Amino acid sequence: MTGQAHNRPGDSPLVAVKDLSVLFDAGRAGFWGGKRLIVHAVEKVSFDIHPGETLGLVGESGSGKSTTGRAILGRVPVSEGQIFFQGKEITHAGKNQVRELSRDMQLVFQDPYASLNPRMKIIDIVAEPLLVHGVVKNIREAAKEVARLLELVGLPPDAGARYPHAFSGGQRQRVGIARALALKPRFIVADEPVSALDVSIRAQVVNLMQDLQSQFGLSYLFIAHDLAVVRHISHRIAIMYAGNIVELADRDLIYDAPVHPYTRALLSAVPVPDPPVQRARQRITCPGEPPNPLNPPSGCRFQSRCPYVTQTCRDAAPVLTQRRSGQRAACWNC
Amino acid sequence: MTASPKIPLLEARDLVVNFYTRGGVVQASRGVSFQVDYGQTLGIVGESGSGKSVAVQAVMGLIFTPGHIEGGDILFKGRSLLDPAGRKFVRQVRGKEIAMIFQDPMTSLNPVFTIGTQITEVLRHHMGMTKDQARHRAMGLLDMVDINAPEKRLKQYPHEMSGGMRQRVMIAMALACEPRLIIADEPTTALDVTIQAQILELLADLQQRLNVSVILITHDLGVVAQLCHRVAVMYAGRIVEVGDADQVFAAPVHPYTQGLIRATPRLDVVTERMVSIDGVPPDLISPPKGCAFFPRCDQAKKACSRMQALVELGDDRHVSCWCAAKENVR
Amino acid sequence: MTQPRTDTLEQALAQNRFEWWDSLRELGRELKRDKPGLIGVILITSLVLMAVFAPYISPHDPSAQDLTARLAPPVWYDKGTWNHILGTDHLGRDVLSRSIHGARVSLWVGTAVVLCAGGFGVVMGLMAGYLGGRTDAFIMRWIDTQVAFPGLLLALIILAVIGPSLTTVVVVLSLNGWMVYGRMTRSAVLSIRQSPYVEAAEVVGCRWPRILFRHILPNLTSPLLTLAILEFARIVLAEAALSFLGLGIQPPATSWGLDVAMGKNYMFMAWWLVTIPGCAIAVTVLAINLVASWLRLISDPQEREKQYARHMAGVMRKNLLAALEKEKPPEAL
Repeated sequence: MTGQAHNRPGDSPLVAVKDLSVLFDAGRAGFWGGKRLIVHAVEKVSFDIHPGETLGLVGESGSGKSTTGRAILGRVPVSEGQIFFQGKEITHAGKNQVRELSRDMQLVFQDPYASLNPRMKIIDIVAEPLLVHGVVKNIREAAKEVARLLELVGLPPDAGARYPHAFSGGQRQRVGIARALALKPRFIVADEPVSALDVSIRAQVVNLMQDLQSQFGLSYLFIAHDLAVVRHISHRIAIMYAGNIVELADRDLIYDAPVHPYTRALLSAVPVPDPPVQRARQRITCPGEPPNPLNPPSGCRFQSRCPYVTQTCRDAAPVLTQRRSGQRAACWNC
Repeated sequence: MTASPKIPLLEARDLVVNFYTRGGVVQASRGVSFQVDYGQTLGIVGESGSGKSVAVQAVMGLIFTPGHIEGGDILFKGRSLLDPAGRKFVRQVRGKEIAMIFQDPMTSLNPVFTIGTQITEVLRHHMGMTKDQARHRAMGLLDMVDINAPEKRLKQYPHEMSGGMRQRVMIAMALACEPRLIIADEPTTALDVTIQAQILELLADLQQRLNVSVILITHDLGVVAQLCHRVAVMYAGRIVEVGDADQVFAAPVHPYTQGLIRATPRLDVVTERMVSIDGVPPDLISPPKGCAFFPRCDQAKKACSRMQALVELGDDRHVSCWCAAKENVR
Repeated sequence: MTQPRTDTLEQALAQNRFEWWDSLRELGRELKRDKPGLIGVILITSLVLMAVFAPYISPHDPSAQDLTARLAPPVWYDKGTWNHILGTDHLGRDVLSRSIHGARVSLWVGTAVVLCAGGFGVVMGLMAGYLGGRTDAFIMRWIDTQVAFPGLLLALIILAVIGPSLTTVVVVLSLNGWMVYGRMTRSAVLSIRQSPYVEAAEVVGCRWPRILFRHILPNLTSPLLTLAILEFARIVLAEAALSFLGLGIQPPATSWGLDVAMGKNYMFMAWWLVTIPGCAIAVTVLAINLVASWLRLISDPQEREKQYARHMAGVMRKNLLAALEKEKPPEAL
């Protein structure tokens, strides 16, 4: 594995996120609209992604993981904090700057069925980025490049002449990846790219993404909702809960020596496909559900579900602190 | 299939279901047979398009045009559910003795009625309870699925609840008529992992306490490992392997089962790269001749281009594979 | 993937060029199974042909008067002649010829209005739905205001100021009818712009006109088509109503509505003067509605599949069983 890219000395991060907060205005409550409703989607999130590195961003629905990814791409207005790309601040990039940045940063979607326009042929879909950025003048000029991209992601060259409905989920996801690669980006946000795929196909797509990374030195922000799938592709993993990063560590530390109780709960929530092992496993279940993002509790967000909760957790929110080398966690008690 | 004369709770025999679409005939279920005994949990595992949901939809009478049940039979306590003469029996069984839990609770909960109204409606209709009795029982049911403050919850609408809470309500409704069999179609797929863990524990616990039979449809082998006594693996509209869950997981015989188990990522075992099964699942409009897994199989032989029926390997284990059957039958 | 494999993308693209012809034939086959839809399509086609070839098929000049043969009854009456199959009006003009020529006006006005109102309404709806914010608020309030204003009053004012003519009728009806397209397009855009493929286009760097016309509009065609056809029926009626009131087509030109208006004075002496053009209007509107309901069925993929299965299941089942029989190995259990 190319691994540990982030430890190389003198390597400046490709993407740097500092104290990022995203608040959404969710309208007003009450008949006369007296009370403003604000969704705290992401709060004070910081991380770096180095060239050639994959950061796995894991969290459940509503944890703010997708919002974080979209904030980097300039698709969600940032409330506080800063985002840097190649050392340049892009926090409040304007429309034209975002368009320029789309050459360097791309997005791979979760749903391979809904993310391809059903009325466009594969060639039109894959060639679109080239077309709108003026790399090619028309579709015919793009045919060669599209054929190369399709081959790169493991699709037959004649696939370009068909419509998306002729393909299975895994093949469509390959088309999505080919589209993202068309402009030769340096950074790709992959928003749960394999969650909607079958087990036997998942590995194909993850392996493809890994191969492309080593071939082109891509960096990924790989978003996932559980810890099972990010293990193989990530160099480091960040765990998000209710808008906060609760633990950020090198991959193996997350799996072998998790610190935060939520990380441990997430690990034990993924059932092992082996009945005797699964029965014997000591399972940490955290009761209850994530807090309401409209009205998060003061102190630690995980307090209502945490087995180790103390008064300190209710009073003040913990911040990420160094635990081991390459491992930081936000917890008062562990 | 079995030598014992005991009648299973539910038995499907050679179920054939076709969907007549403009693209051609989709052979969703191509002769599926399985049985569920009293108090047993059967897991049906398969990928999308393997026909796992279609098989149980046939049990519940949920196959509509353009789908059609072409052949085979479904027996509940030895009586056919497909026989047009037994309509009254079928009406009694579906919804009352067999209950169903869906993947998305929102599709089966009516958004304009409170949870309480919907549960008591079922109780009054099927069990002939009075309003007070039904209310009382509804609270008991919500309590049973670990919903606290049931009194308050009964007055809520489905949209006021979280996904996990709605799925608990669905389970409570499924339990309302004291069914003998619960069919759960991907009950946790739409839920977060920590919530999935809660629901799986609840299902396991209820299954043991109430001694109901459960058919669990899922694509996740981990879920099967946690809940099921028996497992049936489906591929391209057929069952390719069926047997005791511990045995199937410990020593899978069919190459597809083997591949599926290897491809499921495990948190307790470290591998450098994820293992995949090459190729794509077959198109059910024109499935390959013979074994449907043949084009993706790494142990394929010449014989595989002919059809192979399920062969018994002993211990009530069956597999449909030429290679595996020859090795083990001796 | 039933097509033969080809080596290069260029070859595959060339091979695919005639796909639309196949889908058109498929559509024709489905139409044959839907009897009401088929009747509707046949009626409309013959109406269109009748309108196009009106000068060649009508037996008389529609405005040629023959005062010696005033109010002649249709041919099946004793006094009727084959010269005027459907009789004549109070000026001795041939009713059949007038009806044939009337179709021209109805269909022309219908087409023109649907294109003008539809085009404008769809563009407004697209902008309102996609751009949102102030553009949306402005366009929607404009639509609300115009919907609240009585359409007939607006028509009367404009016609009184400019004076009635074919063009004015088209303008008036377009001004009155674009709002419904605008509203429908906007609501459809709002739901489609949420879809991941639109986000994908944005991420890739498409500018908004491309997203609107390349990604959103093509996915709106089937609901818009149904709406346009239903609107067409409404326009035919509206034109007839305006002409009946004397605000639409002016003599010596002909129109079904105009003929009904003139015929009403002789209703008890010569029933055919109102009935024939009246029937023409009714048949046209009915035919359009039949086609619209068929289109609605066809544009709903689920309903289309059901329809298909109902008709084709028997044949397909037989073919499948034969194929399976051939495949079955002799030694299988």
